[in-house]
Amino acid sequence: MVQHKINPKVVALLSVIPGFGQLYNRRFLKGISFFIIFIAFITFFYQFLNIGYWGLFTLGEIPKLDDSRVLLAQGIISLIITSIAVTFYILNLRDAHKDAVKIQKGIMPKSFRENFNDGWDKGFPYMLVGPGLFILIFVVVFPLLFMVFLAFTDYNLFNSPPKYLLNWVGFENFISLVAVPIWRSTFVSVFSWTIIWTLVATTLQIALALILAIFVHDSRIKFKKLIRTLLILPWAVPAFVTILIFAALFNNDFGAINNDILIPFFGEAIPWMTDPFWAKVAIIGIQIWVGFPFVFVIFTGILQSISKDMYEAADIDGATSWQKFRKITFPHVMFATAPILIMQYAGNFNNFNIIYLFNQGGPAVRGENAGGTDILISWVYNLTFEAQNYNMAAAISIIIGLVIAAFAFFQFRRTSSYKEEM
Amino acid sequence: MSRKNKSVLQVIGMYAFIGAIILAILYPLLWTIGLSLNPGTSLYASSMIPDNFSFVHYKWLFFDPASDYLLWYKNTLIVAVITSISAVVFVTLIAYAFSRYHFIGKKNGLYTFLILQMFPVLMSMVALYILLNMVGLLDTLTGLILIYIGGAIPMNVFLVKGYFDTIPKELDEAAKMDGAGHFRIFFTIMLPLAKPILAVVALFNFMTPFMDFILPSIILRSPEKFTLALGLFNFINEQFGNNFTRFAAGAVLIAVPIAAVFLFLQRYLISGLTSGATKG
Repeated sequence: MVQHKINPKVVALLSVIPGFGQLYNRRFLKGISFFIIFIAFITFFYQFLNIGYWGLFTLGEIPKLDDSRVLLAQGIISLIITSIAVTFYILNLRDAHKDAVKIQKGIMPKSFRENFNDGWDKGFPYMLVGPGLFILIFVVVFPLLFMVFLAFTDYNLFNSPPKYLLNWVGFENFISLVAVPIWRSTFVSVFSWTIIWTLVATTLQIALALILAIFVHDSRIKFKKLIRTLLILPWAVPAFVTILIFAALFNNDFGAINNDILIPFFGEAIPWMTDPFWAKVAIIGIQIWVGFPFVFVIFTGILQSISKDMYEAADIDGATSWQKFRKITFPHVMFATAPILIMQYAGNFNNFNIIYLFNQGGPAVRGENAGGTDILISWVYNLTFEAQNYNMAAAISIIIGLVIAAFAFFQFRRTSSYKEEM
Repeated sequence: MSRKNKSVLQVIGMYAFIGAIILAILYPLLWTIGLSLNPGTSLYASSMIPDNFSFVHYKWLFFDPASDYLLWYKNTLIVAVITSISAVVFVTLIAYAFSRYHFIGKKNGLYTFLILQMFPVLMSMVALYILLNMVGLLDTLTGLILIYIGGAIPMNVFLVKGYFDTIPKELDEAAKMDGAGHFRIFFTIMLPLAKPILAVVALFNFMTPFMDFILPSIILRSPEKFTLALGLFNFINEQFGNNFTRFAAGAVLIAVPIAAVFLFLQRYLISGLTSGATKG
């Protein structure tokens, strides 16, 4: 066979139209199939992408006929399709170039059949990941993107498609969050309560878990297994059931906590549901009840894995139990469980269930459009489903996302020390 | 004070503390069970230890024509079974690829999963609501199932991948030498060895629809499509005190089986969680 001269650069240039580079490499079947896929992609998606990008920029031009939401969705899907296509396009360029370099070096390119086997081996992991990734993109990533775009539109109850068109408004929603008095005061109080709630509830729940884990681990305590099972119970009962039960127990008028405990013993009832302060106290208490068993279980596992030698050595040196706790137990447990604890904080930051099920974020607060116990995520819920203030809800969701990203950053730093294992 | 006395005091203190916590745990649970056995429906007239026990509410849930409880149970089971099976399939395939193969985007993919598992699906509820409405999946179980599956992928892939990593690579390399293909290795070597973690993933995803309230409340609108959690919430949401004993009976019927399964499998759950999580 006559070796024809091949210049990798020419090949790469030819591959600007997928398949041509491969044809020049004399890889006819591959070249033709690449070309056919390319043409099929263009004919199939051209119209869709065209409308998609037009929609993404204009959000529609004729009210009642163009539905801005559909156009926005199509625009985002177009973005996703484009990025997938670009990935394949780059792979095509690389493939042609690589083959050309090989031919130039005198290595015979493999036959189609060999290539097919090769491709099966190399392509197998993509086949495995593909279907799940597809669902993930459309169910998780796509809605997140849609939400991000919504935050820059004026989609609310008074301006909703298909009757009206949406418009891009830039950062207006974020600006009104800090500039319009009612939004600002609500945002400030909800945001600060969210932070306090996250820190206080999670820290207390971790502290209780740690105390209990250490107590139950103590060699002088008997019936360990029974005690542990009882302590895990709150984790085993579905949280929504527990929270609703507590909502009844804390009820101002007929709740058992007021009627059976506070009034008989202290002669006074506490307005758990109607006073913001007491409602917050109750919610934190309930979260500790619901949340400590998970951490307790993890701590117990870690405590059992600390070797006894360290404690024996400490005993010989005459260490007190407090010193042993501070120098051995505490650092050990905290180091081993840091990622789980970070997840606990992140989870409580978005703990919608407890806030909503206890009393729908209430009680109402004068001069604000969120309830006294609303955290950011439950506020978003109210804005979406009660006020239909989609644009503001999306803007606040983005702020939630930024805070979560901070949590993720800490998690990353933890994980990067295990990079080799990934 | 002698050393021994001090130790005794410490032990008493610890027992007292643990006892107080256990009391605080059991009180609301027993209260609910007691309440569900009251004959009346009003919370006001009911007590933790009823004068005359009665199973009237349980009977009502199952046999009264006005009760949708069995329908909700059926809906929840449908969602749970489909979600659980599909999640296991998708998750194991992805986890297998991440554990055993090298491919473009592997590392970034893992990082993306790590971040995505911190973003609850709930965060994009505005978008989910609008999008499902647009494609006509609002108020359908299909929409709910799709979102459960998608949301389950990132976190569970981590769990399963961690477990796959503990299975020695020599096993599948030996099989490859013997001429086993990709699928054969996957089905005859990896899957049987990974049964415990697959059971955990299946169980988690089976239980989610029983325990989750928020997603159904966003997606499902008509009472005949409710899942248990949503249906029970609406029981008491309308007039809080008036249906509470009925709610209590319904809640007991969900909580008891779930708690039983949970306590029964706790050892597997815990070892699966801690081994995956503490490694990072």
